[in-house]
Amino acid sequence: MQAHLIEFITVGLGLILLMFEAFSKGNKSQIGLVAAAGLAVILTMLFCPAPSCCPVPDWMERFYSDNQTARFYKIIAVTSTILVLLMSVDFSKVLTKFTSGDDDDSATGEFYCLPVFACAGLMWMASATDLVSIFVSLELVTITFYVMVAFMRRNVGSLEAGVKYLILGALSTGFLVYGIAWIYGTMGTTDISLYAGILENGTYNRSYLLFGIALMLIALGFKVGAVPMQLWIPDVYQGAPTPITAFLSVASKAAGFLVLMTIISPFLAAEHTGNTISAVLLIMAGATLLYGNLAAISQNNFKRLLAYSSIAHAGFLLMGVATQDYSSVSFYLGTYLLMTFAAFFVLALIRSEEDSDELDAFNGLGQRNPVLAFALTIAMAALAGIPLTAGFWGKFFIFKSAISNDVSWWLLSIAFISVAAGFYYYLKVVKAMYWNKARNENPITVPIITKFVLILLTAAILVLGIYPQPIFNLLGH
Amino acid sequence: MLLALILIPFLAAIGILGGLPARLSAVIASLANILVATYALSCPACCDGFSLQVLADPNINLSLGVTGISAVMLILSVIVTLAAVYSGKCPSGREKLWYSSSLFISAGAIGAFLSTDVFFFYAFHELALIPTFLMIGILGRGDRKEAAWKITIYLAFGSIILLAGLLLATSHTGSFAFSDLKEIPATAQNTVALLLIIGFGTLVSLFPLHSWAAPAYASAPTPVAMLHAGVMKKFGLYGLLVIGMKVAPQGMLHWLPWICVLLLGNIIWVGLVTINQKRLDLMLGNSSVMHMGYIFLAIAALSANPDNSIAVPAAVLLMFAHGISIALLFSLTSVVEQKTGTLEIAQLGGLAKTAPALAFLFGLAGMASIGLPGLANFAGEVMVFFAGFADWTPGESLGWVQITTIIALWGVVISAVYMLRAYRNTFQGPLVKATENAADIHYCEKIPSYILAITLLVVGIYPQIILQFLSN
Repeated sequence: MQAHLIEFITVGLGLILLMFEAFSKGNKSQIGLVAAAGLAVILTMLFCPAPSCCPVPDWMERFYSDNQTARFYKIIAVTSTILVLLMSVDFSKVLTKFTSGDDDDSATGEFYCLPVFACAGLMWMASATDLVSIFVSLELVTITFYVMVAFMRRNVGSLEAGVKYLILGALSTGFLVYGIAWIYGTMGTTDISLYAGILENGTYNRSYLLFGIALMLIALGFKVGAVPMQLWIPDVYQGAPTPITAFLSVASKAAGFLVLMTIISPFLAAEHTGNTISAVLLIMAGATLLYGNLAAISQNNFKRLLAYSSIAHAGFLLMGVATQDYSSVSFYLGTYLLMTFAAFFVLALIRSEEDSDELDAFNGLGQRNPVLAFALTIAMAALAGIPLTAGFWGKFFIFKSAISNDVSWWLLSIAFISVAAGFYYYLKVVKAMYWNKARNENPITVPIITKFVLILLTAAILVLGIYPQPIFNLLGH
Repeated sequence: MLLALILIPFLAAIGILGGLPARLSAVIASLANILVATYALSCPACCDGFSLQVLADPNINLSLGVTGISAVMLILSVIVTLAAVYSGKCPSGREKLWYSSSLFISAGAIGAFLSTDVFFFYAFHELALIPTFLMIGILGRGDRKEAAWKITIYLAFGSIILLAGLLLATSHTGSFAFSDLKEIPATAQNTVALLLIIGFGTLVSLFPLHSWAAPAYASAPTPVAMLHAGVMKKFGLYGLLVIGMKVAPQGMLHWLPWICVLLLGNIIWVGLVTINQKRLDLMLGNSSVMHMGYIFLAIAALSANPDNSIAVPAAVLLMFAHGISIALLFSLTSVVEQKTGTLEIAQLGGLAKTAPALAFLFGLAGMASIGLPGLANFAGEVMVFFAGFADWTPGESLGWVQITTIIALWGVVISAVYMLRAYRNTFQGPLVKATENAADIHYCEKIPSYILAITLLVVGIYPQIILQFLSN
């Protein structure tokens, strides 16, 4: 099988599910399970080595590359889509409540099909090597997200999030197209693999090129949630249905970083543009770190807190991009998936049980369900970057390459202060669970899927915290 | 074999969370650890380290080894762990948290001391952070919430600065293994030394970064206070001796005047603060901060001259002695509180009449901590003062270290004042309401105290038992 067919299979799966959904009568959330099972098959296909018999055909090769890094990001995309679908199944109560007035779940069917399309877009984005294919795949993802963010149509918050995401997303698409146009105009091609050669020959106009790259950075800054394009994140994250928030926060961010690295790497490596771009990236990283961490300190809503934390993590990742330590960034994103999903699974459950995302809904969770509280404690420790959890390694690598690349001391100080600030707001959640008295003492029963996934994620966080090599093996190191 | 030392408390803690009988498992695990440690130290050839590569690039190994200083720290850790799981009164219903947290902290401490890889040395230390936060926050006394936040933020901040220092140092040596640590280029030494002094210094409560320590120890449940003040705090000193002096000796020399001034802050300033304390637990917390100054004095002597042959044994012996004596004092303080219901020194008095055994043990520990000859701390403190003058020949003008040593000697007087006053007001004098009906220390509660007290006596009379590990 040719490597690029895997995206077509994914789109096909989505289409079949949509048809199936239109004619099925029963419980709509079963579609989510079917979709997850289909994606699990695709996931196993990704782990198989690329067949030597049938390479990507010539007409496709310019747009598509099948390498180990691309596969790693496809694994991230598929895994997070599966987790989103599973989370949606346990979240169906809330979905039903806000899509139709009564207990009728007939309007929720598409919710379980749409993530598959987004997944196909994310997978294609991972392999895209041409500005055109990047743009097309990015739009497939973004347009799907426009629908999913606003899906709970009887909830004002979700609608507000949808409108904000649509307007700002459209704006960033505009920047992206404009940037592509400038870069194409300067370089004479949209094929990224040719850029290194052109930069070496020096047959280009540096100012025009930098202007194009600046536009790109703004557009991609929107995707990854970097200052100054981070303003949409808290509101959209808070309003969107929780599984979609997790999806946005992990898969969309990972894809955004991959695209950023694909586009920017030849320019960062080049002599004439490298220093300028890396300086801009470092300034963005510093501002993002400060904004994300300082704003997170005062949050009392767990979902909003995770939104700011996602901005903060973008800051660390930008530092890694600026120092050209791409494998560390990929590693970071891989571990970020584990810990963020662990947190969102617990959040989705509490949201269904308590009808609240506020931090005080977590009060006394240590008494009400010790296992759940333990899993969330591990997730928070990992997000804060406490050693012997997977989250520490990512920060460790980023700091290591920042220090050996002589990144200026002010950025390092900001980064280190950010980590210390992170300890405070992540431990605030732990504090709520163990120190505070619960509003009601009823024990919480964990649905079987959530329980299974949480155990898996927590175990992965701890095992990778001691033995991180498997992720590097996936990355081909 | 060495891995077992970490795994036993770690697995026992997980087992306790999973439903094993809490107290029994904790005691068995810490006893087993003492046996394993004895075996490992008596027969170094049977367990010559352990190494497992966890990452190929950069090359990071989970490698363990026991040599010299780490051997002493290992003994300290296992003894204090056993005493700690015996001590204090666990609120009923919270046994799981109480015992598993204590064991997690112990596993982290042992792991940090045994690691011979910078990464795991750092990582194991942090393992203790969350259990400490939870224990103080949930089961602590007094201003527990504030104290828990304070210790967590301070330690997190200290360790992150430390991480910066360690990463900068290893970026020059190019390897994370202890065996590859070597002096880094002179241009980077001052920065590395500064980062390490601030980072490790925060963890050791070096003045003026000490304000987390006393309130945290006062609020912490007894085992946490014992393990933290007795064992965890030695991590920073151990790090300065093993890493700081090795990678940046010139940097340490560059900052010597600062170290001297700050350690005098510990000894004199915090010493005077200690005299003014009204509560027994706060007094002990402050005194433990104060005594860190002496160990820093040994480090200062070593910074002034890396060939100073007394400085390392002095520092290590005092670290050991202080760890044992402060653990004993915290353990006994919790007994005092259980028997009388208060720790306000003004509300206590005459306890020696109703609880003679308790008074005897407390007196012994108090005397040890102020450096009475025959007890372990005395040997350590005397060696520290000798180390301060080791490089000085009569007739020469006094250097930074010598002047500091002379001023630091006054600390002995200060500590005698606060400890003897506290002892007199608590145990001597007429009986008061709180102590009238106080029962004496119970048979069970004596066990941890005797373990620690006997250690103090044995090491005090025959310090060679500890120093022998440093000679080879």
